[in-house]
Amino acid sequence: MAGLHKSEFANPVVNWIDTRLPIFTMMQKEYGVFPTPKNFNYFWNFGALAMVNLVIMIATGVFLAMNYTPHVSMAFDSVERIMRDVNYGWLLRYVHANGASMFFIVTYIHIFRGLYYGSYKAPRELLWMIGVVILLVMMATAFMGYVLPWGQMSYWGAQVIVSLFGTIPVIGDSLSEWIKGDYYISDITLNRFFALHVIAIPLILVFLVVAHILALHEVGSNNPDGIEIKKNKGPDGHPVDGIPFHPYMTVKDIFGLGMFLLVFCGIVFFAPTFGGMFLEAPNFDQANPMQTPPHIAPVWYFTPFYAMLRAVPSFAGTQVWGVIVMFGAIALLFFLPWLDRSPVKSIRYKGAITKVALALFVVSFVVLAYCGMKPPSPVLLLASRVFTAVYFAFFLLMPWYSKIDSTKPVPERVTYHAH
Amino acid sequence: MPIKKLASALAAVLLVALPLVSSANEGSYPLAGNDVRNIASLQRGARNYMNYCSGCHSAKFVRYNRLAADLNIPEAELKKNLMFTSDKVADTIKTAMTAEDAKKWFGNLPPDFSLIARSRGTDYIYAFLHGFYRDPSRPTGVNNTVLKGTAMPHVLADLQGVQTAVFKAEGAEKGEFEKFELTQKGTLTPEQYDEFVRDTVNFLQYIGEPIEAKRKDLGVWVTLFLLMFTGFAYLLNKEYWKDVH
Repeated sequence: MAGLHKSEFANPVVNWIDTRLPIFTMMQKEYGVFPTPKNFNYFWNFGALAMVNLVIMIATGVFLAMNYTPHVSMAFDSVERIMRDVNYGWLLRYVHANGASMFFIVTYIHIFRGLYYGSYKAPRELLWMIGVVILLVMMATAFMGYVLPWGQMSYWGAQVIVSLFGTIPVIGDSLSEWIKGDYYISDITLNRFFALHVIAIPLILVFLVVAHILALHEVGSNNPDGIEIKKNKGPDGHPVDGIPFHPYMTVKDIFGLGMFLLVFCGIVFFAPTFGGMFLEAPNFDQANPMQTPPHIAPVWYFTPFYAMLRAVPSFAGTQVWGVIVMFGAIALLFFLPWLDRSPVKSIRYKGAITKVALALFVVSFVVLAYCGMKPPSPVLLLASRVFTAVYFAFFLLMPWYSKIDSTKPVPERVTYHAH
Repeated sequence: MPIKKLASALAAVLLVALPLVSSANEGSYPLAGNDVRNIASLQRGARNYMNYCSGCHSAKFVRYNRLAADLNIPEAELKKNLMFTSDKVADTIKTAMTAEDAKKWFGNLPPDFSLIARSRGTDYIYAFLHGFYRDPSRPTGVNNTVLKGTAMPHVLADLQGVQTAVFKAEGAEKGEFEKFELTQKGTLTPEQYDEFVRDTVNFLQYIGEPIEAKRKDLGVWVTLFLLMFTGFAYLLNKEYWKDVH
């Protein structure tokens, strides 16, 4: 059969399929022999964990959607019906709701890994940028998913977030009406959020994740030393510091998955509200447009950005500045590959200034998260302002400090101590 | 090898954070001290609820037969002693009062209690049911230290008796609540009343999340399985990585 793909698989069925659809060849190439740096540490588990988390969200989400009713007078009741009358509905709901928080924990660690070891630097700029888009899309779908149970925080959180778009000069009012599909957060809003949450955004998310992985497999993984293993190839053409993905990374990821599931299931079975952090107490009250809760705060994974929003005062008669700062905080991540002018990637070979800067960045993220959870107070406002400045300084001063900072010589081969 | 660090960090999270957050409650009230695994207490709580609360407060997500099954109450017993508004065991707990009457009598609709323990916390309810005191200025004759100006009358007054609130007479905290004085005895002693409220709060916690006890039981097995799974995964990982030099 001239011109056809020549499959190397001996099994006749596999061979027949692979000749016509080389899916086995592709899997073998990308997940079988795919060369991965042997000096990976456990930070490199979190990409795979995010992938598993996405699958868990889709799997539980499908079954939740079968039992959920997107209607303002029935949504809250249908969620409680899932919790009480649907077989293992409580498990589906807790896994899905806690899964959102777990997804963000895993993703934030994954992003930190990128910052720590310079994974965003050439040739991985596009890989990194796709990742930032994934974060944005995750935020959108998490927000809309949070509205669906139609509790007090769902409703008032939606009210706050949608009103952010209303602050944009000239088009703001029409834009927020367009998002709501109504003059207020109504049944129409709930239904479109449901449609977007279960179909449109997850579809985009899956597409982006595929693009993220394709880009990763094109350029290859970074590693704790920030050395390109492709530069150092043996006589057989394989990188000398690379080992096949299977079985080394698969078995490592399975172990990482076990650790992850221990934490995940520990929360789901023993602390599913996580002290009101993952499932907020006011959300056990049905949405009531006539009664504003005393304190409205988003879920913890949004609070760093919420704190920035509250930290910026309004001036020139508009509050849009806070919104700009909030979105700017994420937008800056896009430019990171070009803000960092250090000749080395990994923190191991960077100087003291960069280490301090990164530590301050992490501290500012945590402090801002805390400030965003609490009701406003003068002390927290001051803290929010200081650490918003620190957060932005990390990015905006990077072209300067990353250039003047000292570096250590990067070795030729990766650092690896056999177990 | 960071595996030991990782494992100990994980253990720290599970051992320290989980009990902390699983028992965390909003606000700062004394602990209600109820135990959702105490079936006898839940049965008494169900009796209390049906006799004293359900006249005004529905529990629209709670089915009688689920309640009976979870609390080991025989169906005949259930129908005879606990079902006042329905004779179908698959029904949910509704009130005899219409919304119209409720608004006329109390000014607003008494809230449904299915999730009250989840949105307010058990400690809050325990404190609330201890917080009624005489206040002739109120239409109900009582006020509450936990929820000022509540529309709810003190339906447990014949059990608890009547309290008078003592407010601080001087100092920086002048006018703030100091203590209660029992001015008129009820049919229960203060200790018996505490137990009565504790049972009732316990029942409210149960109906807030009927699966809670079973969830934790299942969680133990899930954790044991995962520990085994992760242990083997660790050994397998170690075995494979021996070849990497």
